[in-house]
Amino acid sequence: MSKIRVLVGTKKGAFILTADGTRQNWEVSGPHFAGWEMYHLKGSPADPNRIYASQTSGWFGQVIQRSDDGGKTWNPPGTKPEDLMGPGGMPNGKSNQFTYEGEVGTHKFYDGSQHPWEFKRIWHIEPSLTDPDTAYAGAEDAAIFKTTDGGKTWKELPGLRSAKGHLWQPGAGGMGLHTIILDPKDANRIYIAISAAGAFRTDDGGKTWKPINRGLKSKYELPDPDAEVGHCVHRIAMHPSRPGVLFMQKHWNVLRTDNAGDQWTDVGGNLPSDFGFPIDVHFHEPETIYVVPIKNDSEHFPPEGKLRVYRSRTGGNQWEPLTKGLPQQDCYVNVLRDAMAVDQLDPCGIYFGTTGGQVYGSANGGDTWNAIVRDLPAVLSVEVQTLK
Amino acid sequence: MIRVVLPYHLRNLARVEGEVELEVARPVTVRAILDALEARHPVLRGTIRDHGTLKRRPFIRFFACKEDWSLESPDTELPGEVVSGNEPFLIVGAMAGG
Repeated sequence: MSKIRVLVGTKKGAFILTADGTRQNWEVSGPHFAGWEMYHLKGSPADPNRIYASQTSGWFGQVIQRSDDGGKTWNPPGTKPEDLMGPGGMPNGKSNQFTYEGEVGTHKFYDGSQHPWEFKRIWHIEPSLTDPDTAYAGAEDAAIFKTTDGGKTWKELPGLRSAKGHLWQPGAGGMGLHTIILDPKDANRIYIAISAAGAFRTDDGGKTWKPINRGLKSKYELPDPDAEVGHCVHRIAMHPSRPGVLFMQKHWNVLRTDNAGDQWTDVGGNLPSDFGFPIDVHFHEPETIYVVPIKNDSEHFPPEGKLRVYRSRTGGNQWEPLTKGLPQQDCYVNVLRDAMAVDQLDPCGIYFGTTGGQVYGSANGGDTWNAIVRDLPAVLSVEVQTLK
Repeated sequence: MIRVVLPYHLRNLARVEGEVELEVARPVTVRAILDALEARHPVLRGTIRDHGTLKRRPFIRFFACKEDWSLESPDTELPGEVVSGNEPFLIVGAMAGG
């Protein structure tokens, strides 16, 4: 029977939730790395036992952790005794080193001045679809790094920051590269998104990148609402069967593109608010998408205190609220951009975590929900592994 | 032998209990201690001082013989009590919110 493993990153540690395919009874392990901010954990599609994790701290900086046994044990890559020694007998210890390539350069700062890039943390790790030792990492200040040795060393793909990087600017939460989507049909195509720079695409494996923000409108947020870069994209999602179709939750607006980002169209339709953070796609229905509307940019909680996931079965525009099992009064949590994921079972399971520490799951495509856990630290990220 | 006390989270990260004892060639300075510490525990690279610049991270403080050495030059020789091992060299996570 299939098994589900939910990887939860929180403000104070990581948790792993496991259940069999019925998704009724859950075991909770953790906190792993107690006391640390666990921005993101994600398993390798090529080897589900390989999990990468981003562990960060305002005091102690960035640490990358790796598990090769499905989350039972962890090591910073390259610190096992057999990995320790590099040429000349010196320890390597490079797994935490994220160095911008070449001239560091500057980006736009809050006050409009130019500010040098400064590495702060890794927001998101995206393992390769085919090689467990290859993964991409999205950084704050925004840049993309790649490892091909299981996380022992990381190297920037600097072409991204050449895509008008001097015009990028931090959002309120920092200038983070938070979304990395690998095209399953074209190994050279990668999509990424940055707050607040926008969405970008490479068609040559990361050497060169171009902004893909045409159709995005950021009135009152940017001097030019149709600017090529500078938009506060919160999240992008793709269905693996249709890599040219993307769905976006922007600061305001929910949008889609049917041509790999060359043109975006607003599909917010009848949503009560088109402000929000996460967006995801049903695993078996490429036109079924999910968002969690938030009241507005000043009040990051659900409208009317009712936690509602909205589902569209038409790829946007027509939306229905999903409420069964979710609190419908006095609920003032948020759901962050990396805190929603779907499993691959049929019916499809949907999971999301809140800043109030709940992780909700639905085993029927969102029709009904249950709290798997209720009292974790604020949830930063949720990922799901479907284990055969 | 130089005795080094790490903050709780770095002891966990380095998987050590209690103090770390290090052989450090003279002159014993903050830089020499951190070099030896990172050579023994490479996972600590980047957690106390930044990669590349080797600047102390903002919320890390150094103490020796009850004195704050955080703002001293990393190449200043530490007190004899630390060099002799009678007093530990303390690496502290500074008090700050969160």
